[in-house]
Amino acid sequence: MRIFGLSYKVIKTLLTTQYAYMLEYRIEIALWALSGVLPFIMFSLWSQNDVGNTFGLNDIGLARYFLSAFIVRQFSVVWVVFSFEEDSLSGRLSPYLLQPLHPLLRYVAAHLAEQATRLPFAAAIAVTFFILNPSSFWLPSLPQFFLAYLSTHLAFSIAFLLQSLVAALCFWTEKSSALERLIFVPYLFLSGLLVPLSAFPSSVLKVAMLTPFPYLINFPAKILSGMSVDILNGFIAQILWMLILIPSVNILWKLGVKRYTAMGA
Amino acid sequence: MIVVDQLTKYYRVANKQPGFKGTLKHFFDRKTYDVPAVTDISFKISPGEVVGFLGANGAGKTTLLKMMCGLIHPSTGLVDVGGFSPQRRQTAFLKEITLVMGQKQQLIWDLPPMDSLYVNAAVYGLSDHEAKVRINELADMLELGEELTRPVRKLSLGQRMKSEILAALLHKPSVLFLDEPTLGLDVNAQARVRSFLSEYNKRTGATILLTSHYMADITALCPRVICIHKGNLFYDGDLDSLANSLSPSREVKVELKNPCSIDQFKKYGEIQDLNDRFVCLLVSRGKLTEVVSNLLTDFDILDLEISDPPIDQLIGELFMKGEVN
Repeated sequence: MRIFGLSYKVIKTLLTTQYAYMLEYRIEIALWALSGVLPFIMFSLWSQNDVGNTFGLNDIGLARYFLSAFIVRQFSVVWVVFSFEEDSLSGRLSPYLLQPLHPLLRYVAAHLAEQATRLPFAAAIAVTFFILNPSSFWLPSLPQFFLAYLSTHLAFSIAFLLQSLVAALCFWTEKSSALERLIFVPYLFLSGLLVPLSAFPSSVLKVAMLTPFPYLINFPAKILSGMSVDILNGFIAQILWMLILIPSVNILWKLGVKRYTAMGA
Repeated sequence: MIVVDQLTKYYRVANKQPGFKGTLKHFFDRKTYDVPAVTDISFKISPGEVVGFLGANGAGKTTLLKMMCGLIHPSTGLVDVGGFSPQRRQTAFLKEITLVMGQKQQLIWDLPPMDSLYVNAAVYGLSDHEAKVRINELADMLELGEELTRPVRKLSLGQRMKSEILAALLHKPSVLFLDEPTLGLDVNAQARVRSFLSEYNKRTGATILLTSHYMADITALCPRVICIHKGNLFYDGDLDSLANSLSPSREVKVELKNPCSIDQFKKYGEIQDLNDRFVCLLVSRGKLTEVVSNLLTDFDILDLEISDPPIDQLIGELFMKGEVN
């Protein structure tokens, strides 16, 4: 069986090895999971100031949205640019480039393995949240859960491709992680991590919806929390961004590899 | 067959002057220029050959190796490895080659080498059975055992290097690019890696291209050497001929039964040293047999030793000069 041109055996071996590697860092991953509590901080901030109504949400709706944002964030967080930059500068990328496997697929496997490692910590934090806010407890329906699962994976793919695009600039700039800030700032404000996008003025919202950022957190979190959302258009937008980003990464990668000087190796 | 034809590589670099002024100038008005790393190099290597690349630091050996394995693109010129253009990195080509770089690791640091070996086996499409057989065979040759199931970070440098070599050769490549494979290893570990590479070459008929700063690696493994100085090739031929052209004489050390005068030895060669019963002569290679035969006839000799001047010393002088006479 082959998936995206890779044999089942390659996928299984990469994932199990990367999972074993991530388990070596379980404490670090627990801390990373804890450090992703920004949505809870924002929930606490907005609920105390009683601005939920401005967002078109009551306190329970607000709590469910930010818990969903936290869960989506746990499974769509991407750090490829930092690993890639380190590997590129230290020369570790060289042996990867000389193996019959696209180096980016190793990073995909590492991210998926990290998500699996984060799962129990994320679940524990969610349970704690429900204990502290029992009125906000809910269980999404099966179709809701399935659609949220799918859109979260697409969100991860878009985020991964966006960062890979920046990572490929390592072939030119050597320090492309600095450029990652250019993505992170709009991501922070336009993804729905700080505030649901419904809080934005309609003119800002229109512009925001033309970027990939609302489809990284806001869209999957709304599906998961049961808020009203245009599911069809959301998925179309996610797929469109994938179709734009995949060839862009591919072209930039091919151009960049020609400039590779194998520094440090 | 490996064909390298008029290969040239330039690196673009920018110099920065020290101090605050230099920093500002470097930021606002950065001047870049091209530095030639390899210039117009051509040679051919037949299948199964073991070739050593010699040169001082920064001579261009590693750049040449990186272009031949497809890691970096040449500025001009052509490389052909077994019918493949390396920089295209086609899967069929990648399955035929490997690159080992001393001190640079592909093994996952916090896991045992065995995990990385199984990833490599899957990537190169080896079945579980093939992978086990290959791992056992190479582990035997490299004298690796329990080390393969210990985290890489817990291994000694020598054990790590041997594990790296195992990982690099798991897919049975027919062309090996080895960049300083014994760098930092102790004398025993170096010897083991050398004997392994020699054995691998005999068993598989693989072509081996090697750079090393240890002359012992070159003399033990490479009948042919390619010398590079400041990006230019200035010698391509067998190591013995290189040694002969660098040093046309050999040292003959004699221990005599009775002391002799200096005049008695003048006709045999250039006297390097004479101390009571010990004499050291420098004799041209062409006259060596005749001189040794005469010495044995004319004197009561307890011991006689013939040696080459140390090759490291000769090569060191060669790099300083940058040309062979």
